[in-house]
Amino acid sequence: MTVSPFEARDESKMIASIVAGNTDLYHELIRPYERSVFMMALSYMKNEADAEDVAQEAFLKAFRNLADFRAEAKFSTWLISIALNEARGRLRRRSTARTQSLDVPEEQGGVSPALLRDWREIPSESVERLEVRHMLQRAVGTLPDIYRNVFLLRDVEGLNGAEAAQALGITIANVKVRLHRARTLLQKDLAPRFKRLEPQKKRWLPWS
Amino acid sequence: MVIACKHVWDYLSEYIDGTLSVETRELVQRHLDHCGICSAILDSTRNIIILTADERVFELPVGFSERLHAKLDLEFARAQDR
Repeated sequence: MTVSPFEARDESKMIASIVAGNTDLYHELIRPYERSVFMMALSYMKNEADAEDVAQEAFLKAFRNLADFRAEAKFSTWLISIALNEARGRLRRRSTARTQSLDVPEEQGGVSPALLRDWREIPSESVERLEVRHMLQRAVGTLPDIYRNVFLLRDVEGLNGAEAAQALGITIANVKVRLHRARTLLQKDLAPRFKRLEPQKKRWLPWS
Repeated sequence: MVIACKHVWDYLSEYIDGTLSVETRELVQRHLDHCGICSAILDSTRNIIILTADERVFELPVGFSERLHAKLDLEFARAQDR
């Protein structure tokens, strides 16, 4: 995990100042976490409008309860767990008829990766192609919920194992197993598609 | 000791994260050194993780931040009235 510049800020000082009445500082406090909260809300709600609603509500709730925040947790993990509770609560209220558990039990047995003889590196620039972004979004979006949530927190949002476990309310061992399965499922789904991906043709634009 | 491909797959995720014990890591490393298939699985998995982590892949909806911070300002004003 890379150390973000935000780690250098003293968040407990910022929080104390906000609680003391310097509410404007809250804008700055949450800015680094907007995407994480939205992504996790989207992971549960599966549509952007509901996810935005959940995210806004989570940031409001966190603000109202900021005086209760205890420094043994990281602010980011606390914030994400508020968003997840908000999302779960909404889904529960919505699906009173369909009582499908959100946290389905761990699937038994392992998952196997796609077998390849060699791998041609897909460079990071390729995500500038809409086609590639869609492939990645769709693959992550179709992971089973419990794997997607862990994958997003660990590999997309960069939380460590302990932080992801705390945010999701599961054990670190569970985080490891789910992350492993998520990565294997993504490799299985994406590696064969990427192999068939045409290398980007050089486009010679008349104005370039 | 030699381990089979199937067992190596179980360790790839932790191999990537660098959380395997020294002995297991060596065992996996030795397998990877001579197994093209497992190396390709490792490389593709790592490649895919890097691509999904690219911030251009998952972006906030347009105007998300503006709407959020406007809503917060309303809340702050309300809190002050109380």
